Amino acid sequence: MLHNLVRLLRHRSLIQTLVARELKARYRGSVLGFFWSFINPLLLLLVYWFVFSVVLPGIRPIDIEPYALFMFCGLLPWTWFSSSVLEASNVLIAGGNLIKKVLFPAEVLPVVTVLANMIHFLLGLPIIAAALVYFAVPVRPLELLWLPVVVLVQLFFTLGLALIVSSLTVHFRDLKDILGNLMTFWFFATPIIYPMSLAPPSGKVLLDLNPFTHLVISYQEILFYDGPFGHWKWLLALGGVSIVLFLLGYFLFDRLRDSFAEEV
Amino acid sequence: MELTNVIAVDGVSKVYRRFSRRRKFATLKSALLSGSLISDLRPHETFSALQDVSLTVEKGRTVGVIGSNGSGKSTLLKLVAGITKPTLGTVRVDGRISALIELGAGFHPEISGRENVFINGIMLGLSKREVARKFDEIVEFAELEDFIDAPVKTYSSGMYMRLGFAVAIHVDPDVLLIDEVLAVGDQSFTHKCLDKFAEFRRRGKTVLLVTHSLDLVERLCDEAVWLDDGRIRATGDPTRVVDAYLVNVEKAEERQIASADAKTRKQAATAGPPNDDHPPDMFQATEGRWGSREVEIVEVSMVGDDDQLSHVFPCGARMSIRVRVRATKPVADFVFGIGLFNAEGVCCYGTNTALEKLTSERMDGEGEVVFIIDSLDLVAGTYKLDVAVHKRDGYPYDYHRLLHTFRVKSRTNDIGIFRPRHRWKFPDNIRFTGHLD
Repeated sequence: MLHNLVRLLRHRSLIQTLVARELKARYRGSVLGFFWSFINPLLLLLVYWFVFSVVLPGIRPIDIEPYALFMFCGLLPWTWFSSSVLEASNVLIAGGNLIKKVLFPAEVLPVVTVLANMIHFLLGLPIIAAALVYFAVPVRPLELLWLPVVVLVQLFFTLGLALIVSSLTVHFRDLKDILGNLMTFWFFATPIIYPMSLAPPSGKVLLDLNPFTHLVISYQEILFYDGPFGHWKWLLALGGVSIVLFLLGYFLFDRLRDSFAEEV
Repeated sequence: MELTNVIAVDGVSKVYRRFSRRRKFATLKSALLSGSLISDLRPHETFSALQDVSLTVEKGRTVGVIGSNGSGKSTLLKLVAGITKPTLGTVRVDGRISALIELGAGFHPEISGRENVFINGIMLGLSKREVARKFDEIVEFAELEDFIDAPVKTYSSGMYMRLGFAVAIHVDPDVLLIDEVLAVGDQSFTHKCLDKFAEFRRRGKTVLLVTHSLDLVERLCDEAVWLDDGRIRATGDPTRVVDAYLVNVEKAEERQIASADAKTRKQAATAGPPNDDHPPDMFQATEGRWGSREVEIVEVSMVGDDDQLSHVFPCGARMSIRVRVRATKPVADFVFGIGLFNAEGVCCYGTNTALEKLTSERMDGEGEVVFIIDSLDLVAGTYKLDVAVHKRDGYPYDYHRLLHTFRVKSRTNDIGIFRPRHRWKFPDNIRFTGHLD
């Protein structure tokens, strides 16, 4: 297994090429092309802003301003995460030709999915930066140093889950359908459109059990809230969990690897 | 030259799972609930694609794998390529492998041929720099200079295959695995592929070739392997293995024609006489049987030189058509006729006893009429027989129209219908190599 993990590093040029292909192919033929990477999250933000500022303004917490920016801090990493996991559930089946007909390292496929979505996420960050400047939100420059750490933790967490999901869907196709609903539930069970402080004490315990809560709170504390980044202990703990999850995912993937060529 | 085994397949079996109905509908939830997550990943029914196959290929040799569909050829190739793992036994391959199993697998339709060449090359194990170095050569080989910047989705299937082949062949492997892909593109491209292939052999690369083209195996391979139903039936000299395989194919064809024939006859019998007065147009090739049955054709059989029933005859051999007839009451007016038709329904030959100036006198009870063709001078193909007994004026007693099939086989791919006995004569200053058997 460790041997295979090292091999994954050797495939980095293949991964790099495939990520580039993924990004190129996605917007090929559309008029706005690469700008969709910026426009998509903005449109999504517009939908949520419309719901909580125009349709249901009463639900919205009053003390959080600007609310759109608050949502965006959670929405952007969430999109990276959920798109990655959902796409990963189909990636081996879609790439069946490669797995069946070419000597191809299958784990490259879910990894490419996660990385391509990460690029989209990173392209969304300048929008947040622009908004921070526009709203004159005070940001502590030293806290920004934590940002790469949060991204790295999320990367490992997402990779682990993508590996598990992609290898299991080969055997259990139903997972794809379950996953769509599960991700919607997970979204609302994460303090993205509402602040953690709004949750009742009993709900708070449940939210604390959700790993993604700590990623979102980290993003919010670093980028949005004025005040010290107090969540770092949670973040580092989650980092440990993520690495374990990644290794576990890789182990499962490796175990099921030989069955892919026959099952996809 | 050192003789080392580059490919060593040792006692390999490959078992595929065929899941039972219950397994098919199982979901993750039910698997978790019943605690059978692991056991459900085990097969309920199995299918052996390969059984105890051992094979070694020495460096620089070209080995052809032949066998009918479903005999395990492609499975063997996938195992050697490392795409699937053997259930039992070991596979060892030394050196860089390039497997031409499916061309252009992994091409992305939306992006240009140029980008796809790079991605495909890297997928097949080249570095970016290596692809860049070989890029012009690849495009030239694929004959796609004008289209290389167009998205691959706009390519014709021939262009797609050519580009796939060009990339795969330029990977410069030590071991080349080919699965029935030399037939891509037009004639000139096929020749180019064969040239490239010959170059590989000259440079001492090892090639494992799976193909249905027996001709190719005899011409290009140093050794042949015949797989039948997942087992190796024969290995060694290509001509010998191909011959053994062909004998086996004949036997299978024999069985196939016999059963298909029996089926048509049964259908003709149950359908009843279509029209007793006006038998269908002689030049329309529809099977059938009609007639009054005062004289009945009970059985038609074909035998070869060895007096054995057969449906497959070598070109130029003796063939006897035995017609078993039975007259329910004595008759004086009767004519026996035979017609030979090829697969397109063209009448190759037709005759009857009246045309050959034989006048009928009397027939009673049962007997066997034999029509002997001393030399079956027809080109290879499938032929059908008309066998009939009728009155001199054409009134049919029993007419079997195209109900009996036989096949003529030949190692010569000559064309037409009739193959006259012939030979060539050349003066001393015109020379050839090779000889006809």
